Amino acid sequence: MTSLTLTNPALNTAVPIDVAIIGSGPSGLAAATVLKAAGVGRVVVLEREQQAGGIPLSCGHPAFGLREFRQLLSGPNYSARLVTQAQKAGVEIHTQTTVAEILRGGVLTVATSDGIFRITPRRVIYATGVRETPRSARLISGARVQGVLSTGALQSMIYLQQRRPFVRPLVVGSELVAFSALMTCRHAGIRPVAMIEAEQSATARWPCALYPRMKGIKLHTSTQLVEIKGNKSVEEVVVAGPDGQTRSIECDGVILTGKFTPESALARCGHLHVDPATGGPVVDQWGRCSDPVYFATGNLLRPVETAGRSWAEGQQTGQWVAQDLSGKLPKPAKSLNIVIQGKHLKYAMPQVICPNGDTEGMVDIQMRVTERVSGTLVAHSKMGPIWKRSLNSRPERRIKVPISEIVSQATDGTVNFEVEVPSK
Amino acid sequence: MPTAQPKSQQSAQKALSTELFDVLVIGAGVVGCAVARRFTLEGAKVAVVEKASDILEGASKANSAILHTGFDAPTGSLELSCIRAGYREYERIRDDLGLVQEKSGAQVVAWTPEEMDKLEEIVAQAHENGVTDVHIVDANTLRAAEPNLSERALGAVNVPQESIIDPWSAPYVYLRQALDNGAQVFLSCAVTGGAFDGQNWQVETSNGALRACAVVNCAGLFGDLVDEAVLGEAKFKITPRKGQFVVFDKAAQGLVNSIILPVPQEKTKGIVLFRTVFGNLAVGPTAEDQQSRTDASTDHDTLKGLIADGVDKVPALVDMPVTAVYAGLRPASERKAYRVETVPDRNWITVGGIRSTGLSASLGIARHVYGLYESHGSKHQQLTDPEKPQAAVLAQTGERDWKRAGYGEIVCHCEMVTSREIEAALNGPLGARSMGGLKRQTRATMGRCQGFYCSARLAELTAGKLEPPLSEEFGHD
Repeated sequence: MTSLTLTNPALNTAVPIDVAIIGSGPSGLAAATVLKAAGVGRVVVLEREQQAGGIPLSCGHPAFGLREFRQLLSGPNYSARLVTQAQKAGVEIHTQTTVAEILRGGVLTVATSDGIFRITPRRVIYATGVRETPRSARLISGARVQGVLSTGALQSMIYLQQRRPFVRPLVVGSELVAFSALMTCRHAGIRPVAMIEAEQSATARWPCALYPRMKGIKLHTSTQLVEIKGNKSVEEVVVAGPDGQTRSIECDGVILTGKFTPESALARCGHLHVDPATGGPVVDQWGRCSDPVYFATGNLLRPVETAGRSWAEGQQTGQWVAQDLSGKLPKPAKSLNIVIQGKHLKYAMPQVICPNGDTEGMVDIQMRVTERVSGTLVAHSKMGPIWKRSLNSRPERRIKVPISEIVSQATDGTVNFEVEVPSK
Repeated sequence: MPTAQPKSQQSAQKALSTELFDVLVIGAGVVGCAVARRFTLEGAKVAVVEKASDILEGASKANSAILHTGFDAPTGSLELSCIRAGYREYERIRDDLGLVQEKSGAQVVAWTPEEMDKLEEIVAQAHENGVTDVHIVDANTLRAAEPNLSERALGAVNVPQESIIDPWSAPYVYLRQALDNGAQVFLSCAVTGGAFDGQNWQVETSNGALRACAVVNCAGLFGDLVDEAVLGEAKFKITPRKGQFVVFDKAAQGLVNSIILPVPQEKTKGIVLFRTVFGNLAVGPTAEDQQSRTDASTDHDTLKGLIADGVDKVPALVDMPVTAVYAGLRPASERKAYRVETVPDRNWITVGGIRSTGLSASLGIARHVYGLYESHGSKHQQLTDPEKPQAAVLAQTGERDWKRAGYGEIVCHCEMVTSREIEAALNGPLGARSMGGLKRQTRATMGRCQGFYCSARLAELTAGKLEPPLSEEFGHD
């Protein structure tokens, strides 16, 4: 980064920082809290937004907190609980504090309204979560008009600002978040004209799939968004149904839900290796990045899990980083690369496995498929097939492959995973 | 020639201003902004009318953000002389007005032996055009300069002075300088007709009438329609040519150093791969003739084609995420040449058909138009010490606002736009009146998340200021 004048630090840099956590969502706060509980000295969370808590802050409806607090909480209440818990444990949380760049060896350039400064914590946990894929990256045809929003933007507008961008939008997608969008609409008196899903059935599981019908909003499956029309704002959309026939639907907005992608800008524009398949940094089974000072956790690892699971991952990452600080993680060395092949697998994470670690890390390799598939998931090493299992899956369903079963067959080189589908 | 009748003659329109202006500039695109600046600096009392609610809403809102040297412009053409003069003036005023210019240089890359054969000709034309440092580079030299370029590249013509600039801060500051030195801008005023009484013009707009001694029509995509509405006829017809673009993630910017041009085809410069001063890498434009003067829609297949073209030239782009897509409309006429038409007996000048080099040539066009105006007998006292407003600093190499303490909060995280910048853009002398205007003045929402994180905060900050608004308040039952 050019022409950067470092000025006065907004946080105390006289006392060394043991761990800095970028992002204060559920995974970041969980990691921070666990680190303090494990006796780590100075743990700081750096949050660029005005308020700590991450994405749940803008989800005004339940259901958060079952796993963490054994009760159903709204997003903001859930975030507030996590923040309080972290602060009680002794975590420093700095809001409106932006990490502008990450450099080798854990050097972070930090921007605040009071000045720009650098810190060099002993470890960095990168926990910036996911966001939805915008209209541009989906390459949707049509006029570039106002009123095309992601669920995230819609929810912030409605729950944080009490403002609404439209009243009769089309909802695109049927992942879990699409149903969250419906609840958000209901809260603001927005009545979606319809919900469309390109696949032949809803992506999210029952009973969520019944939700739009319950509220009188019809879900059209096998239906694609073809074009957005309008002068300055959305006026209508063209969709193509199962028979390929197109038709117009009048509406004043479009909610593009799901198709999550990790918010990995710092890694992409910095030195950390990024996996094009997950969109997040390349990690080993402890979430350790290509620069071993950095660890990644939560949804940044891969799209997408619930807040509860991200929180649980953050807790684990906190443990591993605490162990690393006391020298208990093996140095990154000769390792096994996990690679996906063929069109059916969307990603595999971790991308690297360090086979000689005594410290247990992630138990499973997490995978997802790109489309509904049924066949055999096969792992190949240079010796040939080393592992297989039948697979019947759909997009956004969790697939787990026990790391121990793979490591028992191969300890270095590359293991390729592929879904083999019997020819008809 | 028949005397034109104002369409609203019967209804005796209310006056937008009681003042008699020396010059009325129709259209606040890049050309209109530069013309308003030039006339103001020469001492004329200038009014600018723009039909949109914000400036730069037509052809000027989308282009490839390149300051061309004119190396490949038609030799001997008005276009060439305006590009050359425009380039020189841009360099001269750059530091005074805080403008950015990155001399990335360009490589006109030959991908086939047939294209290799054309390189000599390109160099010869460039030299004839006065761009004497243009030269051929062989495959190895090209590879050293552009290591990520596909191995299919056979050689290139290197154009060292081709530059990348901020395509919006420049015209904003041109108009701002006009404004600060006495010009007036009237937004949301579409010209509907007008009459010349032998001395002065009365120009009718959708929002009231204005009087001026002379008129310069810089209405771009609507230039012919304005001539028809006011003069009764137009000497050219605009057929908009759409150009679609794809902008890649900022992670891609290091893949290319210079502007990668193709060997030109008959109709256009072809598809270009270029860095922006904001730190992106973009590919485009296409060239699609159409009738609509407003429809700048993009389409899936064309965008995929552009991405494929980018990957073909720079294979490392294969997994690169897309940040933005856009389309611009070029005001092309039936001829390739600029259509600068004068009606001396009615003090009227039309600047039409500025189809693709408007950003580069605008300052030169403004000088040329002022010269025509003077040659018809008008003369003013040049300003001796004009105000010099400063352009917004949006280039990544510049001293962006977030690098200066006291910025308030960072609202748009992808493009690092501060609340101080947003407030300045909304409340400044050329305050943003549309989301498009706010984007051009600050870059808010133009980054990779396209508003996922900041739309809500922007809706709050812009409430009551933009048309159409981003949101409305809702009541709870």
